[in-house]
Amino acid sequence: MHPTSDKFIPFITPETRHFWEGTKLGELRIQKCDSCGHKYFPPRPFCPKCSSKDISLVLCSGEAKLYSYVISHLPAPGFKPPFSIAVVELLEGPRLMSNVIGCPQTPSSLLLDMPLAVVYEKLSDEIILPLFKPTEKIV
Amino acid sequence: MKNQKLVVIGAAETTSLGDIPHLSQVQLHADGALNALADAGLKISDVDGIATAGENPITIAQYLGIHPEWIDGTSVGGCSFMMHIRHSLSAITSGLCKTILITHGESGKSRIPPPEWPWPPRPGSYEGQFEAPFGTMGPPDLLTIPFLRYMEDYNITVEDLAMVPVIQREWAALNPKAWFKEPITVQDVLDSKMIAYPFTLFMCCPRTDGGGALVITTEERAKDLPGKEVYVLGAGESGETMLISQMQDFTTSRAFKTSANRAFLEAGIEREDVDHLMLYDAFAHLPIYGLEDLGFCERGEAPNFIRDRNTAPGGRLPVNTNGGGLSYMHSGMYGMYAMQESIRQVRKVAAAQVPDVKISVAHGIGGMFSASGTVIFSNQPN
Repeated sequence: MHPTSDKFIPFITPETRHFWEGTKLGELRIQKCDSCGHKYFPPRPFCPKCSSKDISLVLCSGEAKLYSYVISHLPAPGFKPPFSIAVVELLEGPRLMSNVIGCPQTPSSLLLDMPLAVVYEKLSDEIILPLFKPTEKIV
Repeated sequence: MKNQKLVVIGAAETTSLGDIPHLSQVQLHADGALNALADAGLKISDVDGIATAGENPITIAQYLGIHPEWIDGTSVGGCSFMMHIRHSLSAITSGLCKTILITHGESGKSRIPPPEWPWPPRPGSYEGQFEAPFGTMGPPDLLTIPFLRYMEDYNITVEDLAMVPVIQREWAALNPKAWFKEPITVQDVLDSKMIAYPFTLFMCCPRTDGGGALVITTEERAKDLPGKEVYVLGAGESGETMLISQMQDFTTSRAFKTSANRAFLEAGIEREDVDHLMLYDAFAHLPIYGLEDLGFCERGEAPNFIRDRNTAPGGRLPVNTNGGGLSYMHSGMYGMYAMQESIRQVRKVAAAQVPDVKISVAHGIGGMFSASGTVIFSNQPN
């Protein structure tokens, strides 16, 4: 693994491999239970609602909305504060943590529920990170 | 549990609090433990059960010279000590041991030795894969993430949030042992350094050194001891998620509600029976969640309740009367100090003593809304 970023580099585990293989291909993958229909994240090889092992991958649209966030002023490797640490809600339902980029990192530009779309950032040969940017022009 | 009443017979903090560069973390555990045993009128050889968090309980047992027959190393964050009380209830009532020592010590400021937690996480953990790459460094930028959602949904302002440290500082001013005692205004809070919007420095706890310990036994055994017994009427515990992004609803804690409901059920009391309340406040929003999720306020009403001075000195529900984690002290795992203040209040020896306290509730959080523990104390057996 050859990091191209100073950011924290995840270690891929067997249960999460499909997710990270997906982002390398520009795909945001979550999982769906074929027994009860529950769509979920983070990855695991059984449904966290009904424990069924009858699951499949779902390719997400990449559309999301901003559920909540902070604007961190703390030093973090690979980041230049201030920067947003956000929880986004995917169109498909599950939430995940990310950064909202491509807009000023200010409360007036980061509006809750605003529409977002996934973009990808390479951290290493193995790890491509899903980030989000606003899909409407921010005033 | 109902026929054998459990009591706290010894309770004490470390000899000093705040800046303790001459003691290591394990010695902070021991200092608090020896003070609590002295308070109880017991010796190390009387202790047959040990519980702690942050350190291995065997480390503490060996250091103190305890040969334990019951061990609880539940370590799920700052509320672990509340859980230790609950586990002690079941252990003692089922005859597993007779006298339990619960210890806490943390070199949060002096960092002797430097802690492994909170950063970096293990790269293969959920936190390492799905949080840390986004620049999360610890509680100030993780535990705070839900609150903008709360502000949006309930139309709450940053001024409302700033009222929490302002009012707790009023309590701290009455407590000579508090780390911060100077009065502050809403404007002071908003003008303090930005940490993670909307949280400024004065909305975040300090990191200090300290510790404390509790000695738990039966009411029957406590009768012959000089310590002033405090009854444990009930306790609750729960957990939700280690990933803040997976918290079910960012405006309410499922773990808080489950833990508190269970404690009140076990104690057989109502919310209006509570005279004094400790709500673990590593950050200013936590008492807001606490007031609502424990059932003292309707959803979205806690900021008004605080602004209307219900929790302030002279208010009808005094909260965080030691100054709270925001002003009194916060070593990292604050739960022990919240319980110590509840115990002081029901023993009527608190610095900012509330008149006529019979029942006090201490409620804790662990991790990033990950876990919760609640204990209901009383100076009467109910």
